[in-house]
Amino acid sequence: MLELKKLGKRYRTGDHALKEVDLSVPAGQVLALIGPSGAGKSTLIRCINRLVEPTSGDVLLHGESLTRLRGGGLRKARRRIGMIFQEYALVERLSVMENVLSGRLGYVGFWASYFRRFPQSDIDTAFSLLDRVGLEPMADKRADELSGGQRQRVGIARALIQNPELLLVDEPTASLDPKTSRQIMRLITELCTEHKLAAIINIHDVALAQMFAQRIVGLQAGSIVYDGDPEGLTPDVLTQIYGEEDWTAVRKRQSSDSDQDVTDLEENL
Amino acid sequence: MSTPRTWRPKPFIENPKLRWSITIGTLLYMLLALGSVEVNWMRVYEGLDRGLKFVAAFAQPNFTGRWTDISEGLAESLVMTVVSTVIGIIVSIPIALGASRNLAPLPVYLFCRSIITISRTFQEVIIAILFVAIFGFGPFAGVLTISFATIGFLAKLLAEAIENIDPSQAEAVRSTGSRWWQWLNYGIQPQVMPRLIGLSLYRLDINFRESAVVGLVGAGGIGATLNTAFDRYEFDTAAAILILIIGIVMFAEYSSSAIRKRVQ
Repeated sequence: MLELKKLGKRYRTGDHALKEVDLSVPAGQVLALIGPSGAGKSTLIRCINRLVEPTSGDVLLHGESLTRLRGGGLRKARRRIGMIFQEYALVERLSVMENVLSGRLGYVGFWASYFRRFPQSDIDTAFSLLDRVGLEPMADKRADELSGGQRQRVGIARALIQNPELLLVDEPTASLDPKTSRQIMRLITELCTEHKLAAIINIHDVALAQMFAQRIVGLQAGSIVYDGDPEGLTPDVLTQIYGEEDWTAVRKRQSSDSDQDVTDLEENL
Repeated sequence: MSTPRTWRPKPFIENPKLRWSITIGTLLYMLLALGSVEVNWMRVYEGLDRGLKFVAAFAQPNFTGRWTDISEGLAESLVMTVVSTVIGIIVSIPIALGASRNLAPLPVYLFCRSIITISRTFQEVIIAILFVAIFGFGPFAGVLTISFATIGFLAKLLAEAIENIDPSQAEAVRSTGSRWWQWLNYGIQPQVMPRLIGLSLYRLDINFRESAVVGLVGAGGIGATLNTAFDRYEFDTAAAILILIIGIVMFAEYSSSAIRKRVQ
């Protein structure tokens, strides 16, 4: 469904952030992109929806090239791609509801959005999504009144109301505590299953990536150095991605986490 | 026992010759400059008397003698203030957008920045003299002057606020496929609105003061009334006008800071 062909990005400062990345993501697959800071994870997902302009290569969504789109075409493509951000990136002075509805901006005209007159169907969807992420009573609160976990749930609802085919998720748990991180990751992957969404999740927590993703891609200095099952992340592979370090703790934590996870899930229900 | 190591703070200018010549040179210049200012002490003595009368007039301000002139002047000043503030805000918003490097391409940015620079270079009184020369005496020249000054002030500070927004919030709105105007309305505006409201209210009370000042050079308003009072040596009326201006400025300042506190 999504195909990256020799995608490259060189910043004006001379940083070669992405080097000819080839990647193909089938529909409905949840893929975790891991790698050290500065490996180009953030650049990669931003090149897909062109928040960052790639300097070479191509991005194909259902066979349609996104790199040559301009104006209206680009906006139409962007609304098919939902994005969830590190530090949530909610508009803090807008209400929860306005933040969620901002996900529909690609579908409504300027004046409708200016006067906050969204179609009834959008409002219904917004309420049901807020209900799904457990925040319906918060609809009229200002976004900056919420806790970190709650804000990220609003961010998720905002991405989903776009009715996307693909989710780009940039470090969704970077500023959350371990328990909330797991709940958020679980919510994202559950929703991907419910809506049959493909997702690319940038994440630096290897254990979380292994726990929730069906496929892991390791990025190192702008190139893909690992692409395979979560189980295939051996200490050797992790060394290749991140450099020399004692990786036994990560492996151990992964197995004990799975038990913890079951209790978490029960608490949540 | 070794001798104790001495320590002195390092002088700002290390070379002692240069240091002393700069110090002595500055002092010398100050003395010579002071000497060149001619003071006519006889005139000061006479003027003291007039100054005293002026101060004494504050004890007995005359509100009633020229009340029609005063109230007309005040009303004119208030109209000038409100009109020029509103015009200033309306014009300064698009200029501020253009003067924000994170919104506008370089040519637009430079153009809008140069408008701001021109507006901020000239003091209101100089602009007022120019506009009075072009449009004649009266409040129209005053309104144009104050609007022009407001544009420089508001556009500069608003552009600064726009350049300091949290870019991730704006990026998130852009990623939804919004149009440029929607992006502005959802991603930028909420972040700078409190600042815009605060600055506008602040400018409103600056503009009232300015309306009194530009009146002195013929641009209408309470300043013109005040000028006439001085010309006629009616210090009691002048005192009444000044007291009213002080009262209105204080009222505007307190109420605008109260409103600004509420808008966060």
